[in-house]
Amino acid sequence: MPKSKKSEALPEVTPDVVAQHGLTVQEYKRIVDLIGRAPNFTELGIFSVMWSEHCSYKSSRPYLKQLPTEGPRVLQGPGENAGVVDIGDGQAVVFKIESHNHPSFIEPHQGAATGVGGIMRDIFTMGARPIALLNSLRFGDLSDPRTRYLLNGVVDGISSYGNCTGVPTVGGEIYFDACYNGNILVNAFCLGLVQTDKIFLAKAGGVGNPVIYVGAKTGRDGIHGASLLASSEFDETTEDKRPTVQVGDPFTEKLLIETCLELFKKDWVIGVQDMGAAGLTSSSFEMAGNSGTGIEFDLSQVPLREEGMTAYEILLSESQERMLFVVKKGHENEALAILDKWGLDGAVVGQVIESPVVRINYQGKEVVNLPISPVVEGALNLKRPKSKPQYLSEVQHLDLTELAEPPRGDEALIKLLGAPNISSKEWVYEQYDHMVRLNTLVLPGSDAAVMRIPDSSKAVALSVDCNSRYCYLDPFWGAQIAVAECARNIVCSGGTPIGLTNCLNFGNPEKPEIMWQFEQAVLGIAEACKFFDIPVVSGNVSLYNETKGKAIFPTPTVAVVGLLENLENHCTQWFKNSGDAIGLIGLTLEEISGSEYLKQMFERCQGKPPQLDKKQERSVQEFCLELIRGKWIQSAHDCSDGGMAVAAVESCITGPEKALGATLNLESTLRKDALLFGESQSRILISFAEGKGESIARMARKNEVPFAIIGRVGGSRFTVNINGDEFIHQEIQALKNIWKNLIGDYARQVS
Amino acid sequence: MKCGVVVFPGSNCDHDCYHILKHIFELDTEWVWHKDSADLDAFDFVVLPGGFSYGDYLRAGAISRFSPVMKAVVRYAQKGGKVLGICNGFQILVESGLLPGALMQNRWQKFICKPVFTRVESTDTPFTSLCRERPILRIPIAHHGGRYFAQEDTLKAMQDNQQIVLKYCEPGGTVSEASNPNGSMDNIAGVANEKKNVFGMMPHPERSADPLWPDQDGQLIFKSLIQSF
Repeated sequence: MPKSKKSEALPEVTPDVVAQHGLTVQEYKRIVDLIGRAPNFTELGIFSVMWSEHCSYKSSRPYLKQLPTEGPRVLQGPGENAGVVDIGDGQAVVFKIESHNHPSFIEPHQGAATGVGGIMRDIFTMGARPIALLNSLRFGDLSDPRTRYLLNGVVDGISSYGNCTGVPTVGGEIYFDACYNGNILVNAFCLGLVQTDKIFLAKAGGVGNPVIYVGAKTGRDGIHGASLLASSEFDETTEDKRPTVQVGDPFTEKLLIETCLELFKKDWVIGVQDMGAAGLTSSSFEMAGNSGTGIEFDLSQVPLREEGMTAYEILLSESQERMLFVVKKGHENEALAILDKWGLDGAVVGQVIESPVVRINYQGKEVVNLPISPVVEGALNLKRPKSKPQYLSEVQHLDLTELAEPPRGDEALIKLLGAPNISSKEWVYEQYDHMVRLNTLVLPGSDAAVMRIPDSSKAVALSVDCNSRYCYLDPFWGAQIAVAECARNIVCSGGTPIGLTNCLNFGNPEKPEIMWQFEQAVLGIAEACKFFDIPVVSGNVSLYNETKGKAIFPTPTVAVVGLLENLENHCTQWFKNSGDAIGLIGLTLEEISGSEYLKQMFERCQGKPPQLDKKQERSVQEFCLELIRGKWIQSAHDCSDGGMAVAAVESCITGPEKALGATLNLESTLRKDALLFGESQSRILISFAEGKGESIARMARKNEVPFAIIGRVGGSRFTVNINGDEFIHQEIQALKNIWKNLIGDYARQVS
Repeated sequence: MKCGVVVFPGSNCDHDCYHILKHIFELDTEWVWHKDSADLDAFDFVVLPGGFSYGDYLRAGAISRFSPVMKAVVRYAQKGGKVLGICNGFQILVESGLLPGALMQNRWQKFICKPVFTRVESTDTPFTSLCRERPILRIPIAHHGGRYFAQEDTLKAMQDNQQIVLKYCEPGGTVSEASNPNGSMDNIAGVANEKKNVFGMMPHPERSADPLWPDQDGQLIFKSLIQSF
């Protein structure tokens, strides 16, 4: 990367310099063609970030068009900072999920912290107050020496940033798998609340209107974060890229939230854009591009953290906690007064011009003069080759007769409850303030978080999900299951899914096998979202998630938002009363492939993912919602990793009070391990007052949904009898202890 | 009755305190801006809310104690005005010398957010007088620096004067090492000044005071305060 120079002479643009900027020869020629001359060094830097994979979506854009993005509630689909979905009564939710994978691997604390900061700004840029954060984290195997350091650092980063800004972190998921040893995933989700008539967009309208810089001073951090760090895979030189990781200041972010929300109340604010990836450059080009205008600004006015910064550095800095506002002419001083009240830096740095160009002066010289559309839309839409990977034919085959059926289930249950992917994540979420602002109705530890909408009787349910093992075995079906399961989590909490955002984490798109995985996963999300009628309103693509040629499992993480018209109709996953009956909605098939059970007991990741019958899934979800809203049931819990047995134990032990025991009496011709630990889809475990069983069964028949009463809550043990024979019998408190402590004990060890 | 909620840059439980006082207890509640050093005499009591004032940079509360509003808070407290500091508010009261002792980083150096049980050790304060019948409170904590410390002689004086008001305990009320979430000396969760008109506590009573939630033990703190007039 070019070093800063005190002298004013810009480095020459040579083929080497072009290559260092991550641009191909073909791309460079295209730049020259589009602007009709050779770019100078600073301009080359601008193209380098704006045409990077991270900013331009050049490999992924054609595929993303497959996603259903419209619906009666959708006020803003993909393309803006975040999606906006109407929740009625003049209110809307604004949400998006975004990755910060590579920075978090190199510098876990700052990488994760700034991931949280960035996604929050995407939300309040739209005029919304952020009310909830979630995250989806994927680390390597616990035996990898780096995992403990990364886990501690990432959780610490999220905790320190989110807590300080006063936005609660209310849920998420954490997975561990060796495929993430060299490339962890940190996907951060934020949801905000806005009045539908107060939604702000990234616009720079009105010639002559001033452009105002708001927030932290610009420093030399994060230069080329988007182009060099996010848009290439890891190798031996990765550590050298640490200076491309930004440094977060959550205190400034908190002030920025309050300042922006105060500014948004004024009718003289025209538009606003967060300076995220590619900083001042992308925000100015995007704002002008969205409005058919141009922007002219003077870098000498930009508040700087240090002396001697070049135009190149100022334009490409990814210093955090900065925004660009356009306000009506004549209101500059009012805007600056609000900044002053909150103690933030700010300055008028330029103005909107008629000609569709961005013109930048620095120290009395014009340093950049570029037409907008080549920069914003000029990147090639790459038609990268794709081919079905070889590995699939090997891994998709699983012969169940090779797997010895265990005589009892105790050992497997204990192993599963103590497996990092299933055990309690309490050590993590206790470090997050998940209660601040008093809206969290269902705290972390249930299928979905439920947030009340302040000053209303409504609530929203939030969940994030992806089983990447399924996606590795079959990306098309794995992605569909991610959508179905995430929606099921919402339904188990009492919500109707109203929108989805996705974070598509994949390996190097230059490899045909990776592009095939990507295409299949996008098609899977598209198919499931169309079927379940859940619009995709925002998202993010993260490619190059691989190290030394080894890619992660395809990980299309989805987050679904659900609406509860009446917040009293929220439901949680844990059993409430001794004596209640336990029922299972849905059908269990003889499926072991791709399961956590197969991984833990046989150390295999093999077979096809469980079948997904979308019609059945929809019936199951609708029936569950009917039961919750009719107050028929006390609890509802999705059967997922670890199957029915783990779901039942979780319902026993995850409540805020003492653990409750349970007995299941099952009749089945299936393999016992498949029955208890298989991960058949479209199943929900419920509990209800015993007298209601017959009515519920009748309703199930009417809805044509498979349903069986399978047991009863109570006692101090967890017992499972199959066809009259005892298969599992354990003290529930002992099971709870195994489940509860693993992650914390692991994280606290000094290695 | 009129009360004030102080807003420092970085306060983030200010809205929660305001909500409880204004909407649940229906008090005449006003914001007090940190740059304002005017007298607070018009208020019946003042709340310093939780959060990360000044980002907790340097040390929690260490910068806020120099803000103009704290000059007014100190004058107000010296005249007998009632001041409740919650979490970061408690840290600021300690830093500004209105309460004895210090609050250090938690034993595990991690932020902790969870409901805990506390036992009311002294009901002879305007903040806890209604806890006589119900001395064990379940109230959430959410902090990184709540490990209370005081010199031996200070602690002794506090004990003699019943200034140790809240201690972390087990659900049944036993004060034990296992129930101490952050390593606080003597399990101390909340302390008062000598005159008992200034009280700081690490748990967040405003987080268990809204009837929407099953836990409402935090109401007792606010109700005691309101009834003390």
